[in-house]
Amino acid sequence: INWEIIFIKKYSHSHSMDKSITLPPDEIFRNLENAKRFAIDIGGSLTKLAYYSTVQHKVAKVRSFDHTAKVINTSISCELYEISVQEEITARLHFIKFENAYIETCLDFIKDHLVNTETKVIKATGGGAHKFKDLIEKKLGLKVDKEDEMTCLIKGCNFVLKNIPHEAFVYAKHADSEFRFQNTHPDIFPYLLVNIGSGVSIVKVESEDKFERIGGSSIGGGTFWGLGALLTKTKRFDELLQLASKGQHTSVDMLVKDIYGGSYGSLGLTGDLIASSFGKSATADKDFSKEDMAKSLLHMISNDIGQLACLYAKLHNLSRVYFGGFFIRGHPVTMHTITYSINFFTKGEVQALFLRHEGYLGAIGAFLKGAEEDNPNQYSWGENYAGSSGLMSVSPDINPMQRARSGTFDMLEMDRLERQLVNLPLLQDASSYIPDTVDLTEDALAREYWLSCFEEALDGVVKRAVASQPDIPEAAERAEKFRQKYRHKLQTLRHQPFAYGSLTVRSLLDTREHCLNEFNFPDPYSKIKQRENDVALKYYQKAVKSLEELSWEERQFALVRVELTAGPFCEQLERPWLVDAYDQWIERLKGPPHKCALFFVDNSGMDIILGVMPFVRELLCRGTEVVLASNSGPALNDVTNGELQILTERIAAMDPVIQSGLKEDRLTLVQSGSSSPCLDLSRLDKVLAMVVRERQTDLVIIEGMGRAIHTNYYAMLTCESLKMAVIKNSWLADRLGGKLFSVVFKYEDPTRKPSKDTVALTPS
Amino acid sequence: MAYNGHQREDEASDDGETPTKQLRSVKEMPGYLRNDTENEAATPGGSATSDRPTSNSTARHRMDSGKKSRPPFPWFGMDIGGTLVKLVYFEPKDITAEEEQEEVENLKSIRRYLTSNIAYGKTGIRDVHLELQDLTMCGRTGNLHFIRFPTHDLPAFLQMGRNKHFSSLHTTLCATGGGAYKFESDFRTMADLQLHKLDELDCLIRGVLYIDSVVSSGPSECYYFENPTDPERCVQRPYTLENPYPLLLVNIGSGVSILAVYSENNYKRVTGTSLGGGTFLGLCCLLTGCSTFEEALEMASQGESTRVDKLVRDIYGGDYERFGLPGWAVASSFGNMMFKEKRESVSKEDLARATLVTITNNIGSITRMCALNEKIERVVFVGNFLRVNTLSMKLLAYAMDYWSKGQLKALFLRHEGYFGAVGALLELLNPS
Repeated sequence: INWEIIFIKKYSHSHSMDKSITLPPDEIFRNLENAKRFAIDIGGSLTKLAYYSTVQHKVAKVRSFDHTAKVINTSISCELYEISVQEEITARLHFIKFENAYIETCLDFIKDHLVNTETKVIKATGGGAHKFKDLIEKKLGLKVDKEDEMTCLIKGCNFVLKNIPHEAFVYAKHADSEFRFQNTHPDIFPYLLVNIGSGVSIVKVESEDKFERIGGSSIGGGTFWGLGALLTKTKRFDELLQLASKGQHTSVDMLVKDIYGGSYGSLGLTGDLIASSFGKSATADKDFSKEDMAKSLLHMISNDIGQLACLYAKLHNLSRVYFGGFFIRGHPVTMHTITYSINFFTKGEVQALFLRHEGYLGAIGAFLKGAEEDNPNQYSWGENYAGSSGLMSVSPDINPMQRARSGTFDMLEMDRLERQLVNLPLLQDASSYIPDTVDLTEDALAREYWLSCFEEALDGVVKRAVASQPDIPEAAERAEKFRQKYRHKLQTLRHQPFAYGSLTVRSLLDTREHCLNEFNFPDPYSKIKQRENDVALKYYQKAVKSLEELSWEERQFALVRVELTAGPFCEQLERPWLVDAYDQWIERLKGPPHKCALFFVDNSGMDIILGVMPFVRELLCRGTEVVLASNSGPALNDVTNGELQILTERIAAMDPVIQSGLKEDRLTLVQSGSSSPCLDLSRLDKVLAMVVRERQTDLVIIEGMGRAIHTNYYAMLTCESLKMAVIKNSWLADRLGGKLFSVVFKYEDPTRKPSKDTVALTPS
Repeated sequence: MAYNGHQREDEASDDGETPTKQLRSVKEMPGYLRNDTENEAATPGGSATSDRPTSNSTARHRMDSGKKSRPPFPWFGMDIGGTLVKLVYFEPKDITAEEEQEEVENLKSIRRYLTSNIAYGKTGIRDVHLELQDLTMCGRTGNLHFIRFPTHDLPAFLQMGRNKHFSSLHTTLCATGGGAYKFESDFRTMADLQLHKLDELDCLIRGVLYIDSVVSSGPSECYYFENPTDPERCVQRPYTLENPYPLLLVNIGSGVSILAVYSENNYKRVTGTSLGGGTFLGLCCLLTGCSTFEEALEMASQGESTRVDKLVRDIYGGDYERFGLPGWAVASSFGNMMFKEKRESVSKEDLARATLVTITNNIGSITRMCALNEKIERVVFVGNFLRVNTLSMKLLAYAMDYWSKGQLKALFLRHEGYFGAVGALLELLNPS
């Protein structure tokens, strides 16, 4: 969200117009009262401010009752566990970008709202840091500590590449979606950063601390701006780009066909190539339009930078080249010409990559320099969708919602994650793993459906949120704020589906969770989950007993069926299923037991207790160790690690198989590290990864729509995998060519041929 | 000529359009004096220092043996570039009385016209100082003349050819450069001339190697600048192109082509850039209102680019030590022109100078990267951008030396822009 600033023009004593702005404090400089460690990056036209704050969050905690004690109050004793809402303090990074014109107002605002007096220093970088040094020191009473620009830039770049999935993208003007987001490669190094400011710096980055400026060029953004201003009498950079986007360079440039009459065949140079930039303006006594000259200039400079970048990339044998600097900064025109140039000179071997948060790199880096004692790099951080503006296209024809850039504040917030996140060691190729099955950025039909779907569901979510806090009178008001925030996010995503990287069902769900958290609805489903768990637990023994009575073959089928339908009460689902690898699975079960199964669980209640647990029990009986992975934090009605701990204890008390499994360490509970209804196997708790490795896991079971269909349907693992889900969404079922409640049972063994029952989830 | 980063609006289908590298072999090298089996100096690729047999006796001795394969006069080589047409003309000086009698009037008239004038029409110029005298080509001795005129005056040239009944001489006109293709039909329709079209890069290399090998007296063909980083002590010195390979050949015409030459018949076009002589002149015309290359150069020589460019010291107050950037280095070409007050305070001369420095440094920069990528330490700069342009040559010499810490040597050739035309002439005399 770009918050428009309301201008209040007032006459100052000096009779001059004085611009002043009122800032909506809830929205822009959030958590300023808890802020510490400031950093500022002042560029030619934009200022980027960074600070660290602690955020108080309400979190729902579950605590087991002491069941050994005699509890007299029966209304409590019927509940499994107690839910309490606690305050938790988490760390957050705030980054705000605004025009230099507002710097004074912003500094005043910060001064008025800053409570923390321990802060003594502000880290500063960027060309303008020097200019505003005195102002900052005077206004904030902080000592300005200058940091090297390039060092900050690289530090910031490393940070976003490591912590923000879909940070980098390829720009494709003519594609359905102009942004093609890149997977985060597990190892981000080495790479080349081409920073196009007024000049060009080409930096080779080899590790967190090792980088080198290997070259540069004086022909950069300043050349476009300066020469452009001379040629066209147009003063502003943005206006020059506007001119360029309307021009025809062929009237100014000498093309190959102007010299050859056609192509230069023997070298394979087509007639449309530019042989000499501005070559026609030397020979003809005629006037050239501003637009045409600007376009020619843009091509000349973009081609030149692209060519040099390629020469350096080749010399240093690097294939990842990121472009940044004010010349690039979200401008479709320059991203297009640079991309074109890179494709041309490398014949597609090197791709020009751009960054969503390119404008923040310097501020992030300067901040990190100042926060070294907090070791920010040893944590994983996550982009908070609720508090971040997301990527804006500055092209008016691409984004009709786009307002004038002036007077807008852009924000990025990153939350420190409690757990350090790593790849699942069992991924076949971590660098090409894409969690999401359908990219809604590229699939307009699916996007339309899901955006509407989430919009329609919003009322229900709001109701649920209010209901989850019956004793708190202002809950309704907060829930309403949540509604507005999330609705606005959905509207933004309708126009800018690329705002937070590729738009996916997962990102829509996660954004909703972030917004709920933002308004202190940490776990709207806690009570429901509690009740359902309670009920399901009562049926556990009966369910296990009835399964025990079946023959082996019958039992295996019943286990799958029960697992899929979340309880024994659903009607039996007829085979063949939509995706049906059941026969292969049974064949496999007749063989030797697996060493260890990693089971990603889904919902609370019947699903976990009557579906998953009997399945786990059977695996344990076969001699397979089981690692149960559940969410670290709440998401919808998914069972959390905290809840699962209690449930497992209770089941263990009833079931000697589970009991001994726990005791002998053959049944282990781990956190996934996630608070999402979906599953990103490239961002999992480090401990989980360690356990998986130690136990020599050779089977991964993923259940539920969120984890096995919306995500990971195509995930390729190095070991056997089982993906099970019932399609509980008629649109999706329809797209898959099945009916509502169709079953997907996908069993894969990488050592064998893939089963032919795979259904394509993406339209061809 | 350069072909580089083209842009067009619908480029959906033009992936991988331009190979920046393509191994090509020059057909057979010009066998200058190849028909002279007694001549030791006929080693291909010729060392520049070996004495060329230019005495009349040698030539006459060979005349009969060469006669059969020798094309009829007049001997021309032509290179029609984007901006200039370069013409080389061999004027035989060993014409016997008998020959003279046989000679048709048209031929005499052409010879007289070309050799007795140094300017033709409004724009044609003969570079007298480049004339090579007493040269033996194909068994004949004579003088090689170097003539140029703007490509846009080609119609006038064709008209002249028509008036002088050039076509009646039944000569083959060997031509290279893009114009050989573009204007082929004009030659046919306007002057009744059939062009023999030749590849410009083949001709360029052939021409360079030939001229370097035949110039033995007078100013050295190849030269460099001694002490390029010290303006006080920077002087031009002759250079002997012995064992020239591998060399990077940078041809700066309207645009720039960069070739890696590994032997006389093995070269590839490494890359090119569209920022060349045409860009310098084009931008200068727009920025200063000048109209000729000479005018633009004159302005540049009087200007100061540091008022236009933003230097490292303008940003950092001095050197940017962290990255070893000296304060005097240009951080942003035309960077000061972002600001209104500075735009208003610069002169046309300053703008011309800044344009020259920008284009020249950029060529230096790309050349240096190519040299590193190709692992070549010797760079020869040619092309008409360097004509009467000592400023650029010294700048290139400086840039090569400074940024490579003395590893790279910038070399220049006196006949700058005429090698393509010479190559075309050689093709006429010794068809490959």
